[in-house]
Amino acid sequence: MSQSLFYLIAFLSIFFSLMVIFTKNPVHSVLYLIITFFTFTIHYILLNAQFLAIVNFIVYMGAIMVLFLFVLMLLNLNKDTEPAKSNLLKMAGVVAGMCLLVTLVGSVKALNVSNPVVLTNPGLGLVKNLGKVLFNEFLLPFEISSLLLLSAMVGAVLLAKKEA
Amino acid sequence: MENITQAIQGIPLNHYILLSAVIFAIGVMGVLIRRNAIVIFMSIELMLNAVNLLLTAFSAYRGDAAGQVFVFFIMALAAAEVAVGLAIIVMVYRNTNSIDINVLNKLKW
Repeated sequence: MSQSLFYLIAFLSIFFSLMVIFTKNPVHSVLYLIITFFTFTIHYILLNAQFLAIVNFIVYMGAIMVLFLFVLMLLNLNKDTEPAKSNLLKMAGVVAGMCLLVTLVGSVKALNVSNPVVLTNPGLGLVKNLGKVLFNEFLLPFEISSLLLLSAMVGAVLLAKKEA
Repeated sequence: MENITQAIQGIPLNHYILLSAVIFAIGVMGVLIRRNAIVIFMSIELMLNAVNLLLTAFSAYRGDAAGQVFVFFIMALAAAEVAVGLAIIVMVYRNTNSIDINVLNKLKW
């Protein structure tokens, strides 16, 4: 167990997220995205945010990715039906993304603060602690998010119905 | 558990910022270079996750639990967004038999 674990996982995250956007087959994209989210789960565990690690595992890798895969297979999409942009537009997109990245990295370099992340409070991300915070200070947003989920569910059913 | 939390001690905060910036930029690139609406949605998920990771890192760095609660709300929002978005994509596919976003160019005007 050393710091190199973080760099290994960070490399894997970047590698698999690049694979998500550069593979031709959309089904492979979803599978690579699942692996990317798994590396994020490991990042959360390393930060000792255990609640978020579990929620990320269940909600993202379980629910959202299954929804993506389900829609892809429902629409029967594969490599042959995959629309592709012209190479010029692709190059322009990559250059624009790189410009954004250079800007962000440059501004981080200009900040010039690089204190190490030290877990001052190791029990911070545990369910016990987060539950107390969530149901005391953030009770109203929590209840409102349930309204958001309900309206999203109604909206999704209404949109996907045959004759709207 | 103690070993794992020891491992993270000493990673500079800048490296977390750089990792999140790289993944966010990859998400932006994915939106720009793909025409498949579902892959564009996946790129948006990548961007949301990059921000989630950065919020968690800052939360651990500052010792403040509010950041992690905020990540939890973002995850709920992402679930709602994906449900509605995929319903829209299914409806678009039913009407146009394609999920190429260039078919939808009437929305530009």
